[in-house]
Amino acid sequence: MAKSTKDDAQALFHSLRSSYSATPTNLKIIDLYVLFALSTALIQVGYMAIVGSFPFNSFLSGVLSCVGTAVLAICLRIQVNKENKEFKDLPPERAFADFILSNLVLHLVIMNFLG
Amino acid sequence: MTRSVGIIVVLLAVASIYEAVALFHPISESHRSAALELFSAVDGSFSSLEEAYEALRTFEVLGIEQKPDIKDHTCNSVVDTLSSKSSNSRDLYHALRVNGLLKCKTSKEALTGITSRLKDAVKAATSLLDYYHSIGGLLLIKDQSSEVDVLLENADGILRSIKALGQSDGRWRYSSNNPESSTYAAGLAFETISGVISLAASAIDENLIGTLKKDIAKLFDSIEKYDDGSYYFDDKHIDASGHQGLLSATAAVVRGLTTFASTTDGLNIPEDKILGVARFFLGIGVPGNSKDLYYQIDSLSHLENNRVSVPLILSLPATVLSLTSKDVLKVKVNTVLGSVAPPLSVKLMQVFSSGSKDASVLKQELHFDPKEAIHTLNDLPEGVDIGEYVFAFEIVLSDPEHKRKFATGGRIKVPVHVTGVVKVDDAKVAVLEGDIVESEKKLDLPRKTDLALSANHLQKLHLSFLLTTPFGKPFKPHQVFHQLLDCLDFISLYVCLTYLSSVYLQALLKLRHESGVEHIFVVENSGRHFEITLDFLGLVEKFYYLSGQYDIELTVGDAVMENSFLQPLGSIDLDLPKAPEKTAQPPPQAVNPYLRYGPKAEIAHIFRVPEKRPPQEVSFAFLGLVLVPFLAFLVGLLRLGVNFKNFPTSAIPATFAILFHGGIAAVLVLYALFWLKLDLFTTLKSLGIIGIFLMFVGHRTLSHLASTSAKLKSA
Repeated sequence: MAKSTKDDAQALFHSLRSSYSATPTNLKIIDLYVLFALSTALIQVGYMAIVGSFPFNSFLSGVLSCVGTAVLAICLRIQVNKENKEFKDLPPERAFADFILSNLVLHLVIMNFLG
Repeated sequence: MTRSVGIIVVLLAVASIYEAVALFHPISESHRSAALELFSAVDGSFSSLEEAYEALRTFEVLGIEQKPDIKDHTCNSVVDTLSSKSSNSRDLYHALRVNGLLKCKTSKEALTGITSRLKDAVKAATSLLDYYHSIGGLLLIKDQSSEVDVLLENADGILRSIKALGQSDGRWRYSSNNPESSTYAAGLAFETISGVISLAASAIDENLIGTLKKDIAKLFDSIEKYDDGSYYFDDKHIDASGHQGLLSATAAVVRGLTTFASTTDGLNIPEDKILGVARFFLGIGVPGNSKDLYYQIDSLSHLENNRVSVPLILSLPATVLSLTSKDVLKVKVNTVLGSVAPPLSVKLMQVFSSGSKDASVLKQELHFDPKEAIHTLNDLPEGVDIGEYVFAFEIVLSDPEHKRKFATGGRIKVPVHVTGVVKVDDAKVAVLEGDIVESEKKLDLPRKTDLALSANHLQKLHLSFLLTTPFGKPFKPHQVFHQLLDCLDFISLYVCLTYLSSVYLQALLKLRHESGVEHIFVVENSGRHFEITLDFLGLVEKFYYLSGQYDIELTVGDAVMENSFLQPLGSIDLDLPKAPEKTAQPPPQAVNPYLRYGPKAEIAHIFRVPEKRPPQEVSFAFLGLVLVPFLAFLVGLLRLGVNFKNFPTSAIPATFAILFHGGIAAVLVLYALFWLKLDLFTTLKSLGIIGIFLMFVGHRTLSHLASTSAKLKSA
């Protein structure tokens, strides 16, 4: 049975890989960006775990900027994805402009809170 | 409280016994310096000609030179007023008064013009002030210019109309419609009347002048008196200028009397009233405002050489004589302004010791030193030991003709203090058990002593000594009554009582416990023998049952004792029984003021322990670590095959695209600056500007991109 689960996992992994390679490049770019943001957030949390949360506002600011921008990128991905019927009429440039605008506002608030 | 009430009662009772004991001084340097201070001209000129006259007259009497620029300013004002057509008789009067002192250059035509205006004013006058100003002005012109004709034709008629305003009690009304009368107006009236008499073209009816003399005598019947021998006039109403009643009324009457006396003979005013008025003005001392000073100085200068009687003031430069330094009694007799008196001699008639009303008549003449103009008494009379005395003097004029001219004041009583060294003899301290002396020590007061006694509550402490005056007589206990007399000079009874408590009562014994609680006992005396016995059995409760060491202090002092002392005698160790329950607690001791306001104990502040920060190396390591995902992102992008194919190639869209990216970069730079040094408001302002630009550029770029992708899609 173990072998079958191992085989199943491998088969699952392969199929995911192959279907992922079919996604358009711009979506891949967005995915990469999200990964980058989340990994930065994780590193910050790890740092806080080691040295303590003394300037807590700075920690929150840093983590939330990463998480916030990741969330906005995910929203962008949803809106830009051509297979998503809900946002069929929304031009991707418009979504991109929203993404830029929201990021700027997020980063203003983050900078204020950074201290 | 009852003590102070009792003292007040005694004070009032005694004040009636001791009348006319006071000291007056003629005008001195302090008046001159006060005049300079009070009459300061603002910006080189006075606010009005009336004020200018008051200042200049005061300076003239006191002999102070006026600055030339003030003279010029005032003269300009005078000449303006005199030449102006709109000045009324009041303005002209004040201007002419100042002109009389400053002697400004005025033309004969101007004076003639003024004379005719003033003569018309006299004819048309209805109220007292109209007469006063116009007649006064004419009289001043007469003094200032001999060429102008100022004589009055209808002098009799004018006098009658002025007299019509007078009342039967000697006072005057201001006008016939106003029933209010005042003494001040009476003074003005007499001044005006004397002006009319000197300006009369023809002789005046003698009967009229006779009735006027009676009027002024009646005015002087209404004079009021203080207990120290000064006389004054009081006006119950405020006068025309709204000034305080006493001084202005008395000054006006003095002016009226002296000017009236200079124009007529045979005025019969009692000389003690003239002397009393002079004493009133001198008794003010140095007034605090310029108007009062002017009234005082002007009136005194009128009294200085008036034709009724010139007051002579007897003053003592020093009223405290010390037997130790063998002071001699000095007496000065001057006129009110301090000038030399006519030849006279001063006799000491009686010496009253404090409390007694009778004394033997001495008739001792004082020796006169013509160089210093001082009368001295070289030897004090027999029996004058230390204490307070009242010396009664009499002034005897050498020339009997002068008796009518000068007012000497009869018997003049002056308070004198005689001080000296009091000897303390035979001082001893003893601790008694019952009646048996346990331990006795002789003291050498007032030199330092250091006793170390001990006693318990069953024993007694006995202290005795003798006080002797320089003449060997017993030092009598201080007379309360005479000291209270000085209270009349004090402003408030509180100050008086504080003064009393500091000089009254001359022997006090103080015991102070180590905790600070103090007890004061009065040492009783009989004749010269002072003694006190402290029976500790009866004092146990008073001492709050506090045993321990008590410091002993003896105070012996008096106003006339030159060697008053406060001597710590040493200490006594008292052994008192324990305090039973429910005894009174000793009063809390006063906090030492130096402790209260001195430096306090230092406070050690506890600061918040600063947070533990990580070492710098760890922080830098993580800084590097955080940048790693970014690098990974860039690498990933390259691996995905990111390209710039969609970047617009033609000029305008390219510019916009570049501006779009530039705008985003600018916003990010702004955020970095915001974090580093800017504040939120500047940031928001700049952000707004860049944001609008970015919106516009972004819209253009993105719409261009959208249109190109739409074209591609349709194609």
